[in-house]
Amino acid sequence: MIELKQVHKSYHNGSSSLHVLKGVNAVVESGEMVSIMGSSGSGKSTLLNILGILDTYDAGEYRLEGELIKQLNEKHAAQLRNQLIGFVFQSFNLIGFKNAMENVALPLYYQNVSRKKRNLIALEYLEKVGLKDWAHHMPNELSGGQKQRVAIARALISKPKIILADEPTGALDSQTSLEVMDLLKGINDQGITLIIVTHEHDIAEMTQRTIHLKDGNILG
Amino acid sequence: MFDLDKWQEIFSNIRKNRLRTFLTGFSVAWGIFMLIVLLGAGKGLQNGVKSQFARDAINSIWLNAGKTALAYQGYQPGKEIKFTNEDYQLISQKYKRAEHISARMHLWNISLISYKSKFGNFNVKGVHPDMVFPEKVILTSGRFINDRDIEENRKVTCIGKKIVDELFKAEEPIGKEINVNGVLFKVVGVFYDDGGDQDNRRAYLPVSTTQRAFTGNTQIDQVVMSINEKDVNESEEIVNELRALLSARHHFDPNDQKAIFVWNNLTEYKKIMSLLNGITIFVWIIGIGTLIAGIVGVSNIMMIVVKERTVEIGIRKALGASPWSIIALILQEAVFITSLFGYIGLMLGIFLLEAFNKYLPASDFFKNPEVDLSIALYAMLLLVISGLFAGFFPARKAASVQPIDALRGA
Repeated sequence: MIELKQVHKSYHNGSSSLHVLKGVNAVVESGEMVSIMGSSGSGKSTLLNILGILDTYDAGEYRLEGELIKQLNEKHAAQLRNQLIGFVFQSFNLIGFKNAMENVALPLYYQNVSRKKRNLIALEYLEKVGLKDWAHHMPNELSGGQKQRVAIARALISKPKIILADEPTGALDSQTSLEVMDLLKGINDQGITLIIVTHEHDIAEMTQRTIHLKDGNILG
Repeated sequence: MFDLDKWQEIFSNIRKNRLRTFLTGFSVAWGIFMLIVLLGAGKGLQNGVKSQFARDAINSIWLNAGKTALAYQGYQPGKEIKFTNEDYQLISQKYKRAEHISARMHLWNISLISYKSKFGNFNVKGVHPDMVFPEKVILTSGRFINDRDIEENRKVTCIGKKIVDELFKAEEPIGKEINVNGVLFKVVGVFYDDGGDQDNRRAYLPVSTTQRAFTGNTQIDQVVMSINEKDVNESEEIVNELRALLSARHHFDPNDQKAIFVWNNLTEYKKIMSLLNGITIFVWIIGIGTLIAGIVGVSNIMMIVVKERTVEIGIRKALGASPWSIIALILQEAVFITSLFGYIGLMLGIFLLEAFNKYLPASDFFKNPEVDLSIALYAMLLLVISGLFAGFFPARKAASVQPIDALRGA
C-alpha cells in the first residue's frame, strides 16, 4: 500500500538548510492502523505531508498503491488526493462559510458529482458520524469534537483507501478525543488504512503499530 | 462556470468584504462612467457640428473673389478680382459638373426692411433661382425667385421666417409689399432654413433686380454651386477646374490660391469630422486609462483575497481541487466584480446623458449627446476582458498555493 525507500527531505531557508528526513524506510500494509510518533521537529508532519502528496521529497522513493509518487503534475496529484486519500487535520480545516453538509460534500464537488446527489451522500456520512441533525449548521456553531467528526465525514466521503490524520485529537479534550479515536477505529475496521500523527502516547497505544521518528530517522 | 457553489462562494466573499468590494468596484464603475459620458459628449459635439453644416448643402462650393498673390502675365500681385454676371454665365454654361449654380450679392449696406409701420434690420441677398439647393432653403409657402423674375427684373422677394415673425406677426405675407431701402418688393414666398437665426433673417431678391435697383452695375460677390452627389469625392478636383476656368478670364495664375477664395463645404466637413474622430479616439484613450486604474484596483483586491484565502485554497487542493478549478474561481470573481460595477457605471453614464438630453437646452455646437448600442456592447466586452486581466495575476498566485499551506497556515 505505502512504501517508503530512503526518503530524504530538506528545507532550504536562504543559506541555511534543514535536513528533516534522513533516509526514511517504511511500509504500511493495506488495512493497517499505524501511528507516527515523535517530538516536535522530528519530521513526523513532513512525513505525513509527503504521504499525502501535499509536499515533495528530495531523494528516495515513495510508492502509493504501487505508483511511484515523484514529480507529479498538480492535476494528477489533485486526482490522487481526491480519490485515494482522506485528510483529517488538527485544526479541522472546515470552510467557514459552508455548512456541515456542504463541507462534507466538497470532495465530491471535485469529482463533478451533482449538487443534489453529493449533498444526499454527505447527509449519509454525517449520519455515520452521528451529526445528521447538525447538517445545516455552520462550523462556528459546532463544538471541537463535532467539527472533527464533520472533517472525518468529509475525509470518508470520497471512499479513500487511506486516511491521514495529523494530530486529530490535538485540539480536543480527552473525552472527545476518545470518541474521535473510536470513530477512527471503526473506520479502520471497515478496511481503510489509517495513519495518525500524534505526540500523545495514549492515542498511539490505540493503534496497531507505532512508528517512532527521531531527528528524521525511524527508531527501532 | 455557472454552478451554484462558485456563485455562493463569490457572494459570501463579497458579503464578508462589502466596503472593500464597493470601493474597488467604484473605481471600475467610475472608469466606465467616464468613458460613456465622454463618448456621449463627443457624440453631442459631433451632432452639433453636423447640424452646423446642415445649414448649407454639404456638396456645396462657394467661390469668393479675392486678390491675387502671384504675379501673372505681367500683372503685379495684389490685383483685385471682381466677379460679374459674366462669371456666373461662364460657369453655368461651360461647367457641366456644377448641378445648381447661382450668383450671390450681399448688399451689406442695405438692411432696413419695413412693412406698414413695422421695420427691422435684416439681410438682403441677390440670388438666382438655383440658390435654393446650395443654401438648403425650405419653402414653407409661396415660391422662391424664378427665372422669369430674373429676366423681367421683377421686384419680388422670398423672405425668411424671422422677417415674417417680426414684420407680419399673424398677417399673411404673400402678396404684400415690403419696403427694402425705399424700393417696394412683393413677397412671393416664405422660407425656413436649418442654419439658425441669421439664415432666417434674410430676404432673397432676384440678382438682376438687385443690380438695377441698388448697385447699378453687373458685379456679384459670390458664385455658389452644388455639385452632383456622384462627384463629391472629386470636389477638390472640381475646385481646381473652376480655378483654371476663371483664371483664363481674369488673368491670374491658376495655382494662385488667394485670387479666389473657395469654401468647399465637403472638404471643410471632412476636416471637422476627422478632428472629431480624433477627439473620439482621445476619449477612448482617456476612458481606457481610467478603466485601467480600476482594473489595477480589482487586481489588487483579488491579490489580497487570494492571500486571505490561502488556507482555504490549501484545503481545497488537499481535497482534490485541480489548479484550474482554483484559477477559475478567482477569475470568475474578478470578472463578476468588474462586470457588475462596470454595468452600474455604464447605466449611470447613459442615465446622465439622457438627463443632459432632456434638461440642457440644445446649443448650436452641442446636440443630442448619446451613446449607441454598439459602443455600450463594446464597453461591456471591455469590462469582461478587464475582469480577466484583473484576475490573471491573482489567479496565477492562487494556483501556486501549496496544499501544505492548509496544514501550516491554520
